[in-house]
Amino acid sequence: MSRSTQILRYIIRRLFQAVPIVLAIIVLNFFLLNMAEGDAVDVLAGEAGSATPEYMAELRAKFGLDQPLPVQLLVYLKNIISLDLGYSFRHDMPVSVLIVDRFWPTLLLMVSTIILAVLFGILLGLLAAINLNTWKDAVISVFALITYATPLFWVGLMMIVVFSINLRWFPTSGMENIAAFYEGFDRFVDITHHLVLPTITLSLFYLALYTRLMRASMLEQYGQDYVVTARAKGLPERRITFGHVLRNALLPVVTMAGVQVGALIGGSVIVESVFAWPGLGMLAFESLFARDLNLLLGIFLISSVLVVVVNLIVDVIYCFLDPRIEVS
Amino acid sequence: MNRFWGRFSKNKSAVFGLIILFLVILMAVIANWIYPDDPFRLAGKPMSSPGTNGFLLGSDTLGRDVAAGIAHGAKTSILIGLLATIAAVFIGIIFGALAGYYGGVIDDALMRVTEIFQTIPSFVFAILLVAIMKPSIEIIVIAITVVSWPAVARLVRGEFMSLKNREFVQACHTLGMNDSRIMMREILPNCLSPVIVIGSLMVATAILIESGLAFLGLGDPNIMSWGFQIGAGRTMLRSAWWVCTFPGIAILITVLAINLVGEGLNDAFNPRLRERN
Repeated sequence: MSRSTQILRYIIRRLFQAVPIVLAIIVLNFFLLNMAEGDAVDVLAGEAGSATPEYMAELRAKFGLDQPLPVQLLVYLKNIISLDLGYSFRHDMPVSVLIVDRFWPTLLLMVSTIILAVLFGILLGLLAAINLNTWKDAVISVFALITYATPLFWVGLMMIVVFSINLRWFPTSGMENIAAFYEGFDRFVDITHHLVLPTITLSLFYLALYTRLMRASMLEQYGQDYVVTARAKGLPERRITFGHVLRNALLPVVTMAGVQVGALIGGSVIVESVFAWPGLGMLAFESLFARDLNLLLGIFLISSVLVVVVNLIVDVIYCFLDPRIEVS
Repeated sequence: MNRFWGRFSKNKSAVFGLIILFLVILMAVIANWIYPDDPFRLAGKPMSSPGTNGFLLGSDTLGRDVAAGIAHGAKTSILIGLLATIAAVFIGIIFGALAGYYGGVIDDALMRVTEIFQTIPSFVFAILLVAIMKPSIEIIVIAITVVSWPAVARLVRGEFMSLKNREFVQACHTLGMNDSRIMMREILPNCLSPVIVIGSLMVATAILIESGLAFLGLGDPNIMSWGFQIGAGRTMLRSAWWVCTFPGIAILITVLAINLVGEGLNDAFNPRLRERN
């Protein structure tokens, strides 16, 4: 069997493995919905101000809320699979529409964060490993230790104090200057300008993580036999580092970038609510205050599915990158 | 024990972390004596900058003392961090021990559950749990526990899998010991050192999660916490920077100290690992 069919089979098998996880997450979501005090009818009645018990019973029958739990669960599963995530009574809109609207700003923030964190993490980890036990290594390690221990929301607020309020370099909040009606390239520049502080804030934690990982990974590779061979045949240290060690040390960092996506989503709730970045995290923050449970559960579901999908993609990229990985 | 302490105390940053951690715990213990009044109480002129009107670290818009809040917040952070970690380690040990010891179907089933909990974005899940139930200290501890135990379960499972076929365990079987006794009295003590290391690092993560929840307004409304102080102070960032700044430094120092101690423990438990680098 050729390697490409092997990889294809592997992808299909991984897809089937992901199905039960997604199903379990949907069921979990359903039970969380039922754990909450009051149901959708209570919310509606509360919105309307007053409702008679008869009217509420009628509404419950209409939404199927008088059915036994297993029946409700089946209906819920059917709805989710047909991409119906329920209705947000606060926004007066289907949850799925709201989520699609707010998805792109979050994706923009996350992609720029991953690029920044991975690039600088690799660079700093490499620098620390090459200059092992010198002052450069010490400075980088202390920096990583401190950023690893700093709460994201606090970094964000301090960034605002220094760079927005005092230096006036960057705007304090939002994604673009809506009142300016920028178009084309001007709009791109405006959004980039707004993107700088949230991206730096969100990437700091992961930067620390990747720096430490890269440093450890480089040191591990330096101890391998092939490095001894390369030294024995007289290769200069630069060639060994950049031609051999670096390539092999990169693999665990790539995997880690995928594994951390769940944490990145959690971080973006914090960062978006600090900078009023109009993405899914900000939407989650707003739904917390509005007690809009349907919306919050929808965001939770979508972000969980996103993690499953990203892990799948990383696994596939990984087996293209490293031919040694068993796929059959 | 003495050898262990000897290795730990040679690591300067770990000892430094231990001293800082000790000071934070001391502050939490004496908070009721140095600031006997309710930290939510109006203590003086609002928006006083640090060092003025008798406020060491300033006051916020409602005239609450920032320093008193930090001292009382230390109690909250330490308490929640410890409780959530103990609960998570307990659950993780049970899951990991059963999965690793019995293997087969039990292992498959338990690991599937663990995998699901590891896939879910943990902070969003914690937000959801606290939002669905009422924000109280018990619910916050439960939420942090629920998102933290899978890491322990995986670790303990691996240790049990490698230990269960060793001679001393086989000897226990021949002696006719029952499974629960072998697991708890014989295998578990042999894998405690990595559990202690991961547990100490988990206290730091728990404190970070708690402060994040409180910052978003999901803290216990009756209990002062660092995250709450920062969340309440962010609206007047422009005029009173100190309200957000000092509680954040408190979180940073505490989490850093715990991480240093955790790494120190790791190095002291695995001396060979350290020499290699």
